[in-house]
Amino acid sequence: MTETISTSRRAFLKRSATASGFTLGLTLLPASRPSAMFADAPASESLTPSVFIAIHKNGDVDITCHRSEMGQQIRTSIPQVIVEELGADWQHVNVVQATGHPKYGDQNTDGSRSIRRNFDRLREAGATAAYLLRAAAAKGWQVDINDCDVENHHVKHTPSGKRIAFGKLVAVAATLPLPEPDQLTLKAREDWQSIGKPMRSLDIHAMTSGQAVYGQDVILDNMCFAVIQRPPVVFSGVESVNDADIKKMSGVVDVITLPAPEAPAMFKPLGGVAVIANNTWQAWQASRALKIKWSDSPNAGYDSAAYREQLLATATTPGEVVRQQGNFAEAKQQAASLMEAQYYAPHLAQAPMEPPAATAVVTEDKAEIWACTQTPQSARQVVAAALNLDPENVTINVTLLGGGFGRKSKPDFVVEAALLAKAMKRPVKVVWRREDDIQHGYFHTVSAQALTATLNEQNQVTGWLHNSVFPSISSTFNPAANKPSDGELDLGMVDTPFNIENLQLERGEAEAHVRIGWLRSVANVYHAFAIQSFVDEIAQRTGKDQQALLLELIGPDRHIDFSKSNAKYGNYGDPLEDYPVDTARLKNVINTVCEKANWSKRHEQGRFLGLAAHRSFLTYAAVIIEVDVDDRGNWSIPKAYVALDAGTVVNPEHVRAQCEGGLIYGISCAIGQITASNGQINESNFHNYQVARMPQTPVNVEVIIVESSAPPGGVGEPPTPPAAPALANALFAATGQRLRELPLPLTVKKA
Amino acid sequence: MKVTINKNTFDYDGDPAMPLLWFIRDDLKMTGTKFSCGMALCGACTVHIDGEPTRSCQLPMSAIQGKTVTTIEGLSKDASHPVQEAWREHNVPQCGYCQSGQMMQAAALLSKNANPSDEDIESYMSGNICRCGTYPRIRAAIKTAAGKV
Repeated sequence: MTETISTSRRAFLKRSATASGFTLGLTLLPASRPSAMFADAPASESLTPSVFIAIHKNGDVDITCHRSEMGQQIRTSIPQVIVEELGADWQHVNVVQATGHPKYGDQNTDGSRSIRRNFDRLREAGATAAYLLRAAAAKGWQVDINDCDVENHHVKHTPSGKRIAFGKLVAVAATLPLPEPDQLTLKAREDWQSIGKPMRSLDIHAMTSGQAVYGQDVILDNMCFAVIQRPPVVFSGVESVNDADIKKMSGVVDVITLPAPEAPAMFKPLGGVAVIANNTWQAWQASRALKIKWSDSPNAGYDSAAYREQLLATATTPGEVVRQQGNFAEAKQQAASLMEAQYYAPHLAQAPMEPPAATAVVTEDKAEIWACTQTPQSARQVVAAALNLDPENVTINVTLLGGGFGRKSKPDFVVEAALLAKAMKRPVKVVWRREDDIQHGYFHTVSAQALTATLNEQNQVTGWLHNSVFPSISSTFNPAANKPSDGELDLGMVDTPFNIENLQLERGEAEAHVRIGWLRSVANVYHAFAIQSFVDEIAQRTGKDQQALLLELIGPDRHIDFSKSNAKYGNYGDPLEDYPVDTARLKNVINTVCEKANWSKRHEQGRFLGLAAHRSFLTYAAVIIEVDVDDRGNWSIPKAYVALDAGTVVNPEHVRAQCEGGLIYGISCAIGQITASNGQINESNFHNYQVARMPQTPVNVEVIIVESSAPPGGVGEPPTPPAAPALANALFAATGQRLRELPLPLTVKKA
Repeated sequence: MKVTINKNTFDYDGDPAMPLLWFIRDDLKMTGTKFSCGMALCGACTVHIDGEPTRSCQLPMSAIQGKTVTTIEGLSKDASHPVQEAWREHNVPQCGYCQSGQMMQAAALLSKNANPSDEDIESYMSGNICRCGTYPRIRAAIKTAAGKV
């Protein structure tokens, strides 16, 4: 059985019309256009039926990966999808990393959408190439194309058993018109040989031999190295600098003052003073000798400790209602009892192991850049604007990323390299130090959540009030944005999946004083922390089992209808018809993880378990963390469990790795904090910015991937949000201490 | 001064205070040894000095005179050290950036302790940060490589 193209085509068209930004014409080129228009090589030398595939006469297949590789193994899973339909032999497959260009469609590698937004179009691209090869063979053999199939890098004529290698078909196939959508068939799920199979990363040899090239590793001839001392407070500028002295230092080539940006921050460089030298060390040493007088900034009064009080105060006063069903005020009046709790989560830095880096060459009319960017197209746009060039004359080469986590979605560092290379008239590599990364980032926002539950005499939850207050990422793009955006509230708050009669969700105002940006799973981190901690608190108060209470709150199997509660829900940019909020799937991951962890036997076994479940990025995740607390109060995690329903998965081995790593990133989110005094970030490196090291992480993570034929959901982020509440709930189980504020301490006392 | 790295000898007459990391990366253009924290806090730049795992970002050039330096590129021929093989068997790397340092640290552990316990692994590896969270696989890979070093 084969799936006809029209089904997925319809789905694709629908998606194009929503938020994906894909251009249909580039997914399948109209038959009338010569394929060479989109090819790097002449049509006669290779077959390039789409921007993703080039087949050469020697049989080599180049598959273009247009998404950035930052540990999710997208450079392996994109080829897996294409190879499935193309019938290629892996031995002849090369992966080519795309430069930033709109012809690929969206390239912004965030939001856990590389597979979910590309699955259909990549299959179609593979099937299109296969069609042309089959058509070429059919033409040569003078047989029916429907009797010709692709298999192991050959086209086979099934009735006669004749075979011909892909390479031999290229010249003819390149002259054939592209198939009409209704001529294209995709392989049936039960015939998949590549999709859904564990496959080792294609980059693993390079990564285990020291040969893999990241943004920090780019080397160009005649290159110089730049270290930038950025203003300690956002929007402060350079009033004076001892640049003449610095220029005399060993190895220093130049000292350049960069202008301070005006609000909004957007992706503009922060300004400061760049020291350019013959190697990184010389630039770094010389930058230590800089004496800079900084101008005043409106953000110089920012003090995160005082700000915490302000956020919590706002959260406990009535906010603006963003979703409402029933009548919470009435429920409160009629309640037998009330429960209230406030949760606080501090700023965080993404802190990828590789700090940002970019290397640029700029001439009069062209710029070429190598950078570890998650977003090569916006990098191209902002560089073009900064250099006053046409984007077509700006090339952004994407290296491997030594982690991204949202930091590298902001191409400010790419613009820095471009500006300095233009000034120096020679290649410049901008190296961010760890201190630069921790102190001058786009921080995960600080937040306060106030929750109230009303209970009736039977201890059932009759009402739920949640006020979410935090400076918005929107403030980075619009200085007037002074409250959580709809998009951020949609990340785990507006979609609160509870079947509670009186539900009221609110937001409160909060001004930003640092650059705010995305961090892995974004607002889901603090929304899940508050909601899933509060559920455990209610369970403790009412004497219910937390698993049972969660299932009770979620209620019957259904697709949540947001129109009934006067809410618009963005659903990660995808239609609810394709990706409903499906309570049955959420309950299933909860039950699955509880069963695997032997949740119901935990008390008699003397184990301290914490449970949390959360839907994000169209995927359902449930986590159980088991803690041990030693005599000194140090906790450790002997075991953790993750159940994930991400719909169709391409590479279960890498999904498993994302579950392990996403959970551990969530533990880091639970124990780290960035604070500010006088507008300056207090933390600077890994000695005072706590991230999870081996002793804070599970010895073993058991991952259960739910078998599903639903469309692909996100994978990179969904395992992160449940980690902090699962850990806090486990620490409560072990100590009786309720921890409502992050960071969680590494040493806890028994209550 | 003469510097021996991966069995090759180089002349160095620059700043004796410059950390070895920058000689390896910027002068020799061997980029397998990574820069991440610059303060010996994360282990990404770990190399072996006479077999001892050492953070090259804080080690001045003056300290390596007469010593033997091994980087990830020199750990084995064709990335065939048991630790490298175990890293592939367990699909340890995600982004891969910290893994040169992790493998150098793990190789040193196994050269001293052929059969490390969970606690031995945890205490020896706790100076190496991985933001992708590959720690459970690092533990498993070390156990696989144990006894083969």
